[in-house]
Amino acid sequence: MSDATRGEICAVAAAEAFRGNGEILASCFGIAPAIGARLAKATFEPDLLMTDGVCTVVDEPNPVSGPGHDQIVEAWLPFRTIFDHLWNGNRHVIMAASQIDRFGNQNFACIGEHAKPKAQLLGMRGAPGNTISHRTSYWVPNQTRKVFVDTVDVVSGVGYDRASRLDEATARGHDLHRVISNLAVYDFETPDHSMRLRSLHPGVTIDVVVENTAFELVIEDDIPETRLPTAEELQLIREKIDPEGLLRREVSN
Amino acid sequence: MDKRTTEREAVQEIRDGMTIGIGGWGSRRKPMSIVREILRSSVKDLTVVTYGGPDVGLLCNAGKIKRLVYGFVSLDSIPLEPHFRKARQAGAIAAAELDEGMLQWGLLAASHKLPFLPTRAGLGSDVLEINPNIKLVRSPYDDGEMLVAMPALELDIAFIHMNRGDVRGNGQYLGPDPYFDELYCRAAKRRFMSVEKILTTAEMANQGPLQSRIINRTMIDGVIEAPGGAHFTECPPDYGRDEAFQKAYAATAKDEDAWLDFKKTYLDLENEAEYQRAVRNA
Repeated sequence: MSDATRGEICAVAAAEAFRGNGEILASCFGIAPAIGARLAKATFEPDLLMTDGVCTVVDEPNPVSGPGHDQIVEAWLPFRTIFDHLWNGNRHVIMAASQIDRFGNQNFACIGEHAKPKAQLLGMRGAPGNTISHRTSYWVPNQTRKVFVDTVDVVSGVGYDRASRLDEATARGHDLHRVISNLAVYDFETPDHSMRLRSLHPGVTIDVVVENTAFELVIEDDIPETRLPTAEELQLIREKIDPEGLLRREVSN
Repeated sequence: MDKRTTEREAVQEIRDGMTIGIGGWGSRRKPMSIVREILRSSVKDLTVVTYGGPDVGLLCNAGKIKRLVYGFVSLDSIPLEPHFRKARQAGAIAAAELDEGMLQWGLLAASHKLPFLPTRAGLGSDVLEINPNIKLVRSPYDDGEMLVAMPALELDIAFIHMNRGDVRGNGQYLGPDPYFDELYCRAAKRRFMSVEKILTTAEMANQGPLQSRIINRTMIDGVIEAPGGAHFTECPPDYGRDEAFQKAYAATAKDEDAWLDFKKTYLDLENEAEYQRAVRNA
């Protein structure tokens, strides 16, 4: 019986999203993905490249709360070379989604009309270029029908339906991998690339997922449970990666 | 040539309706003493091109911006600039929101005096809906791929802030990241650089590696010595971000009385020296 929290299960799901990525730049929005990337690097994906969040690539990533020890700098990656790097395709980012639809169109720009939004959010940031250039996953710390929506108000990150209408060469970098929420893990491994329930976090039922999704999910028989953290992973999270417990503020149990 | 000037003289060159570029990134190494001088001026209807921080929030609040060309407006430790949020939700500015990389591409095109540069960034997203002026271009080669033709973002005036400079307009950054400051300078007709400290050219050699000397004098028309000029944004290694000040500034977006108080204490002042005194006395 594991005593892992829901947040820790989400962080491990984020780590799993990076499995097999090898030597690429791993970037994250949010606490659980930041923990996940560090966890993956510390265990099964040691070749991941990570920055300090500013402009240096660091060999041993700092705790999620900020620099905590002397870091060995591997390389310099200032903002003006970030787009060189990401348009080259050698990256996997886990971005936030204020809204996401069944084909993975993502919005974190604004709610309502763009000319005069009800709520201004982060803005387009790098989402259009990211999603067309390299692997992208999403993190939703509080899944509701207001987040898993029928139609997003503004498309910042490009979904599969829109990517399918682009030139083949343009869309070759488009690769939506996982959507991780506080309830479950999703992917797009269906014939039309619409979102599929991949695994349920322990204690979450399909009914709860459906209640909190405004579009029709692909739900196959025998949905597995999201894997639990190992003892080693729990120790890494609690003692090294997130000793301050920031994760508890992002995901309630 | 001695290019020393003042914030006031530099800002007097701005005409209503001009397009200005502001260097730095988010709440990092922003030419804030120049932004504060713009707030004191009567100039209006500006188009502002920037990786936005509190420069944008302050200019929005003062009603100076007609159109904003940006990828984000952030205070870094506070992800969304609250005064910018307020202006957007009031529909107070025309928002030419771009992918962050498209913004770099537009500045690079202008700095190379090209009409546009091709990119995939933007394709499939609503960036192209929001910016109907941005057109597509077909590759003339065998691939025939349709690409975004990111138009040059030509600037009338650029403002940047560096750690060190000489009177001739050679500039040096000593922090970890150059951001896009040279691009703003090359994209603009007139270029002003504020610096923490003016040194002799020879003295600059002792400050940092050769690679820190990113601004040469052909890129600059005026140099302003402005110690603390980036406050309250960060300007390492000279100083970090004034987080307490920034937090108080951010909180005024939700409290009109606090905003009026902030404005009276820090903005309704004669000049930058009075601002720096007010910050010291806070």
